[in-house]
Amino acid sequence: MITFSYTVFIVLIPFILFLLLGFFGNKFKPVVSGIIGTTGLFTSFLLSCYTAWQYFFVVPKVGGAFVKLIGYNITWLRFTENLHVDLGVLLDPISVMMLIVITTVSFMVHLYSIGYMKGEKGFERFFAFLSLFSFAMLGLVIATNIFQMYIFWELVGVSSYLLIGFYYEKDTAVAASKKAFIVTRFADLGFLIGILILSVTTKTFDFITLTDPKGPALMQGGSILFMGLSTMTWSMIFVFMGGAGKSAMFPLHIWLPDAMEGPTPVSALIHAATMVVAGVFLVARMFPIYVISAPAALEVVAYVGGFTSLFAAVIACTQFDIKRVLAYSTMSQIGYMMLALGVSGYGGHEGLGYMASMFHLFTHAFFKALLFLGAGAIIHAVHSNYMNEMGGLRKYLPITHATFLIACLAIAGIPPFAGFFSKDEILAAAFEHNKILWAVEYAVAGLTAFYMFRLYFSVFWGKEVHYHHTPHEAPLVMTIPLMLLAAGSIFAGFIPFQNLVTSDGLPFVKEIELSIAIPSVFIALLGIVIATIFYRKETTLPEKLAKGLGGFYRAAFHKFYFDELYLFITKKIIFNHISTPIAWFDRHIVDGGMNGVSFVTNQVSDKIKRFQSGQLQQYAWVFVSGAIALALAFIYYWTL
Amino acid sequence: MDFLTLFIVIPIITMIGIVLVRDTKQVKIVSAVGMTLQLINSAILIIMFLLQRSAGNIAEILFIKDVVWYPSLNIHYFVGVDGVSVAMLGLTSIVIFAGIFASWEVKDLTKEFFISLILLSTGVYGFFISLDLFTMFLFYEVAVIPMYLLIGIWGSGPRHYSAMKLTLMLMGGSAFILVGLLGLYFNSNPTGGPLTFDLIHISKIHIPLNIQLFFFPFLFLGFGVLGALYPFHTWSPDGHASAPTAVSMLHAGVLMKLGGYGCYRVAVFLLPDAAHQLGWIFLILTTISVIYGAFGAIWQKDLKYINAYSSVSHCGLVLFAILMFNKTAMNGAIIQMISHGIMTALFFALIGMIYGRTHTRLINEMGGLMKVMPFLAVAYVIGGLASLGLPGFSGFVAEMTIFFGAFQHPDVFHRVVTIIACSSIVVTAVYILRVVGILLMGKIRNDHFLEIRDAKWHEKLSVGVLIFGITAIGLAPLWLSDMINNGLTPIITRLLAAVQ
Repeated sequence: MITFSYTVFIVLIPFILFLLLGFFGNKFKPVVSGIIGTTGLFTSFLLSCYTAWQYFFVVPKVGGAFVKLIGYNITWLRFTENLHVDLGVLLDPISVMMLIVITTVSFMVHLYSIGYMKGEKGFERFFAFLSLFSFAMLGLVIATNIFQMYIFWELVGVSSYLLIGFYYEKDTAVAASKKAFIVTRFADLGFLIGILILSVTTKTFDFITLTDPKGPALMQGGSILFMGLSTMTWSMIFVFMGGAGKSAMFPLHIWLPDAMEGPTPVSALIHAATMVVAGVFLVARMFPIYVISAPAALEVVAYVGGFTSLFAAVIACTQFDIKRVLAYSTMSQIGYMMLALGVSGYGGHEGLGYMASMFHLFTHAFFKALLFLGAGAIIHAVHSNYMNEMGGLRKYLPITHATFLIACLAIAGIPPFAGFFSKDEILAAAFEHNKILWAVEYAVAGLTAFYMFRLYFSVFWGKEVHYHHTPHEAPLVMTIPLMLLAAGSIFAGFIPFQNLVTSDGLPFVKEIELSIAIPSVFIALLGIVIATIFYRKETTLPEKLAKGLGGFYRAAFHKFYFDELYLFITKKIIFNHISTPIAWFDRHIVDGGMNGVSFVTNQVSDKIKRFQSGQLQQYAWVFVSGAIALALAFIYYWTL
Repeated sequence: MDFLTLFIVIPIITMIGIVLVRDTKQVKIVSAVGMTLQLINSAILIIMFLLQRSAGNIAEILFIKDVVWYPSLNIHYFVGVDGVSVAMLGLTSIVIFAGIFASWEVKDLTKEFFISLILLSTGVYGFFISLDLFTMFLFYEVAVIPMYLLIGIWGSGPRHYSAMKLTLMLMGGSAFILVGLLGLYFNSNPTGGPLTFDLIHISKIHIPLNIQLFFFPFLFLGFGVLGALYPFHTWSPDGHASAPTAVSMLHAGVLMKLGGYGCYRVAVFLLPDAAHQLGWIFLILTTISVIYGAFGAIWQKDLKYINAYSSVSHCGLVLFAILMFNKTAMNGAIIQMISHGIMTALFFALIGMIYGRTHTRLINEMGGLMKVMPFLAVAYVIGGLASLGLPGFSGFVAEMTIFFGAFQHPDVFHRVVTIIACSSIVVTAVYILRVVGILLMGKIRNDHFLEIRDAKWHEKLSVGVLIFGITAIGLAPLWLSDMINNGLTPIITRLLAAVQ
């Protein structure tokens, strides 16, 4: 019997690093902090690889399927007899896959940051926060129960908050961090309500019990709760709300573009490769419940994902800040993953969408992290985020250029790069289940290729820009991660996911469907060609097109005015029309009432205090007149 | 002398010591030694209690001591503890310990200040260990009266108004409580025999429903005033704003908990049938407290007001959970009392320290303090994150226990108010991050702030102890939760019996 209790160290190492760097970071030289952090993450990475090898190739399967294993478990808090919160390590194909993804990207980002953050104030604080994030994210994916997931879900939220607001003297960064936290917190409220409903219906938090075919969640009948939907459906819709917030799905997406205020390695790690796919992971984790007990909720997932992917791709075509283009691209790709889950069935080839979603999550982590790190190298070289201030950089940044091109080809879905394989599976799954979404995704594939190559040509080709000082290639410590991730972006597509990560743990057979693949490649190529015509050399075509589209272009450029809408709701409605009146009401009505009571008491006592005047004549007068009055009253009553 | 009486004797000896010594430095040392002893005493009590429990002692109340001190009315000095009171004693010790070090720089009338402060804590300790209602009430008054002096003499701003308002409203609450206690006393022996204030005795008998219905509102409202129950919470913002640092800490950290504890231990425990019948009215009020306090805090500009409204919201959650009448939610209520006690003491300590440096409490006049006082700023962020319920800190444990407990209630009304109360976690995040953003982040707005020094040793000690408290509970909550759970069995049994 193979024991997996060592897996707990994959998670604990980053936590120890966080404490070490957080408390004693200022005692070391900055670069020492960086090296400690990077070494620690490398250890976690090696342990994850070992775990993956053990799990996928050594542990015997049961009935041909991968089993869910508990590597480690303790009880952390007990609510009732049945409802107890455990902290532990759950190993199954998706959690093992996520371990690899997170530790790889995190390790690369740590390494890269040693170069990128060099000379920044708060260098050790940066590494402490990165470790905290890695800890939280790893804890999230290995959660044995939904409550553990919620705990770490909040922790990734706060580490994201801390890292976005890393440059805390910059007002935009502070505002962005606040926005990210509050929007995701609002979504988490949905998640919490979902867990509440789930916990009273199924009386358990445990994932193994919840996804057990004979478990309380899947055996739930169609008991109607509200508006014609069952309890499980409502609960899963609420849970998805949490996932949608973290994964920046429409309409809770507004925080992600602003989150680009954080340092670029952070964007690569948190807002591209790992944290933002937590929502996808959440749905995948609960997938059996979605597909069997709550198909209506799964529809919601599919449509939200599909719409977001289109919506974000359109906006991405109009932005000039290279990090924002990548942020919208991330939203769009996550939309793909959500959609793939949404159109998936359960078991065997039916579960193609599930496997495709996980596959895309895996490959996307590589090429998107690469794109962000490449963008970081570009920003590092030219000190600007705006692509209209760049051009012709291929001469100055050869390594960045080559790796960036690879990533662009991968995300555009050109064979044999990684993105092609995973995207093809998603399209195939969509084709089998939902033709409308399938058509949308074809359009998005074209748009993706277009906006990525718009970015690529604007930065590396296009007009010759005169820079203040000659841009130079980043140091090796930054380019090595780029090259490694580029290798990942080329080869990750050849991993046989259908044998490893499937909805029911059983491998199935799939082939590349040429009828799907060939048109999608053509659409991608079309996008690239248009981008080449527009941006390869400086032309006036983009402006003409923008003018031609008129209002639509302006709307897309302003992100369809969603920021303004949210600002209106929060500032105008909540602040001015709820909070301010409450504060006024409290001071004037409630407190005024209390003061009123004391005022009345005061007045009354002021009036009656004259009775005790100390004047004998007055007392005598009152006494005598009272006696007479009483005497008269008695006489009057007695004589009746 | 028995062990629990030490909790009263130590402060009294400390006060005598303060009277005897000469200069202010010695006053501070004596106070610090005394309160350190109290802290150690509480730690020993917790360990002894847990050892007794693990040794299989399942008695409802441990460490009992019972002496008659006023025979003609059958009033006893009757003390003893269960898991809940042990936890509350621990809270009191942590907060008073931190409070002493936070008021290290009180300049005027130092001797009298520390005497009043420790007298206040004596009342609180006595309240938590008493099981005789009259003795309990006596200690309650001992705790409330010094507050008037502390705010009126050492306070700031409109301190006379605030002190008067606070005292009068709390006295009003006391009057209600007294009526309720007399009601219990005169019904304590329905079969004839000597009347008694003995809480445990009364908890074993059944009081007729109409009597319960009459006295329950007196007790719940009376204690509720101290627990900042809407709409009787307005003493809190003004009182806190005028109070000196340590007094705010003790008041919000411990004294407000007397209200929650009283509602739990006296009102609901002794009058369970009435609690069941009238609970929904108060449940609505507490739900309003939770949301209203949170929204009220968003608008405020003064740090103390923000924290006062936040306390209304958090303390509202305590009473809310008590009214859910199930074990999990009540457990959450107790943890929330402890968590909020430490957390809010931390906030008030930090606000006092910030005020001492910047001479303003208006957030708009400050900014970028992270740069000049990193220790205090980081402590403030930690306090803020704890307050908005981040896992790893005590607030999360408390809130989640409350929400999951409350949602177990089969009734739809209870579930709906639970979801409404849940939404406070978002609003809390808004006001906390707003303050953190304006106060600590950004650029420094005032050049004078560049000369600010970071925390001194006694401030670090005070803040450090409180942060240790919230993280210790937040990281390993099981022992606390189990300890409290044990003490809840009698009240839950009684409430269940009341339903049938």
